[in-house]
Amino acid sequence: MSIGADRPEGAIPAPVHWAHRHLLDVDGLTPPEIDLIMKTTDEMRDVLARPIPKVPALRGVSVTILFYEASTRTRVSFEVAAKNLSADVVNIAAASSSVSKGESLVDTVRTIEALGADMLVMRHPVSGAPYLAAEVFGGSVLNGGDGWHAHPSQALLDLYTIRSRLPGGSLQGRKIVILGDVLHSRVARSNVWTLTAMGADLWICGPTTLLRGFEAWASCGAAGRRFTVTSDVDAALRDADVVMALRIQKERMASGLLPSLREYAARYGLTKTRLRAANPDCVVMHPGPMNEGVEIAADVAVAPRSVITTQVTNGVAVRMALLYLLAGARHAEGGS
Amino acid sequence: MTGRRIMAAEDIRRATIRISHEIVEKQAGTDGLVLVGIQRRGVPLAHRIADAIREHEGVEIPVGALDITFYRDDLSLVAQQPIVKGTEIGFDINGSTIVLVDDVLYTGRTIRAAMDALIDYGRPQAIRLAVLVDRGHRELPIRADHVGKNVPTSREEVVKVALEETDGEDAVEIERRPGATAGSAVA
Repeated sequence: MSIGADRPEGAIPAPVHWAHRHLLDVDGLTPPEIDLIMKTTDEMRDVLARPIPKVPALRGVSVTILFYEASTRTRVSFEVAAKNLSADVVNIAAASSSVSKGESLVDTVRTIEALGADMLVMRHPVSGAPYLAAEVFGGSVLNGGDGWHAHPSQALLDLYTIRSRLPGGSLQGRKIVILGDVLHSRVARSNVWTLTAMGADLWICGPTTLLRGFEAWASCGAAGRRFTVTSDVDAALRDADVVMALRIQKERMASGLLPSLREYAARYGLTKTRLRAANPDCVVMHPGPMNEGVEIAADVAVAPRSVITTQVTNGVAVRMALLYLLAGARHAEGGS
Repeated sequence: MTGRRIMAAEDIRRATIRISHEIVEKQAGTDGLVLVGIQRRGVPLAHRIADAIREHEGVEIPVGALDITFYRDDLSLVAQQPIVKGTEIGFDINGSTIVLVDDVLYTGRTIRAAMDALIDYGRPQAIRLAVLVDRGHRELPIRADHVGKNVPTSREEVVKVALEETDGEDAVEIERRPGATAGSAVA
C-alpha cells in the first residue's frame, strides 16, 4: 500500500516518472527527466551537508563498480555515493581481476551477477561496452565512461555545477565553451547533449585536427541540437559565461594530431590573459585530472571563479541521485 | 473534492487548537518543545500548531520540516514518487522533545521512517506524535499522542486531507479507492 495514496493527486505537482533501468548515455534523457535528476541532487547535497552524510535508501542493494580504466575521482566518487546510500559496495579494478587472464566482458558480468550484484557501474575503454553489459546483466547498468562515446554522470554533474553558478539556474542563451581535445572526449560528447537540451549557446573549440566529427555533428543538427564549432579560441572565449577545459589525452592521442604540448599550451591553453575576453563572471571548469600548464594554467585552476573542486563534490551528490533513481526503477519493474 | 466530507474548515481549526493545548499540557509547559512536520501536509499543520501555541502561551516554538523519502522501506515507490520535497531542521535536536506532525496516520510506516530520519540528526529526549486524522490499520506498533479525529475506515477507502497552504481549502474527505473492488488486496 503506497504511503502517498492518501494525498490527493491534484495537490502534488505531477511527478516525473523515472522509468530508466539503465543509464548508458544522456542523449535519451528529456529535459523534465534532467530536471528531476537536478532536484534529487539538491536533496543529496543536503544529505552530504549533515553531520552523518548517510541515508538508508539503498540498504540491501548491492552495487559493483567495475572499472577497466584507471580512475581516481569517478571510481571513488561512485563508491562514496553508493556507501552514503547504505548500499553494499564491491569495487573491482579490472587489472587485478581475471580480466588479466583473458576473461571476457560477458563472462565477467555474468559472474558479478551470480555474486549478487543488483547494480553495475562500469567504465570501459571500448565505446558501447556498457550496452553489451546491459544486455546480459539482470540488474541496472550505469555507464561510468565508455571509450570516446559517453560519460553521463560527468555531464550531469557539470550541468548541476553550471546551474548552481548561473543566476536563476538557467542556461538558456548562455555562452558555454568546451575547449580542448574534444575528439577523444566522452565528456565533451555527453556535455553536448545535456547543454544543448538546456538551451545553452554551446561552442566547441580546439585545434582543427581535434575537431573532426564535431563539425559533421554540428552541421547535421542531429536531434535538433545546434552548436558552434571553431578553432578560433579568441572568438570562442569572447563574452563566454562558462569555459570547460579538457585534458589533452596523451594516452589516446595518435601521433601527429598535435605538434607538441608546448604549442598547444601556447595556442589554446586557458590562461588568465585569454580569459580576459570572457565575461568577468565566467565560470571555469575541468573534469580532471588536469595537466596544469598545458590545457589550463595553474593560476586559473585555483582562481575564485574556478569550480573544479566543487565539480568533484557535486559529483558525489549527482551519483547518489542516479543510483537512487535507477534503484527505484528496477524495483518498480520487479513489482512492489 | 468528491468524497464524503468528515471535517470542515472549522473542525480542523478547533482540532488544531485543542492539539496545541494538549501538547503544552503533556509537556507541562513549553521548555524543550520543537515541532517537526512531515512533508508535505504535516508542515503547514506544524506551523498552525506553533501559531496557536504562540497565541495562548506567548512562546515561539521552533518548527522544522522532515522529508522521509530516503527512509522509506519500499524502493518501488521511487519510480512513482521520485520528487523529494526537502528536509529543513535548522536547530539542534539533541535533548529536545520533538512533536512529529502529520496529516493522516495509517500503517505507521511513515512515522517509523520519520523516527529513523530524526535519529540521524541527533538524540532527542523524546519523540511524540500529533496527527490530524487517525484512520486505523496500523502495521507497526506505533500510536499517536494527539489526534484531531479518529476515523475508522476500510482499506477500500482513501482519506484525503486538503489544507489552505497546499490545496487552497481546508477539508478532510473519505473516498472509495479508485479501482477498489470488494476483497481486493492492499499491500
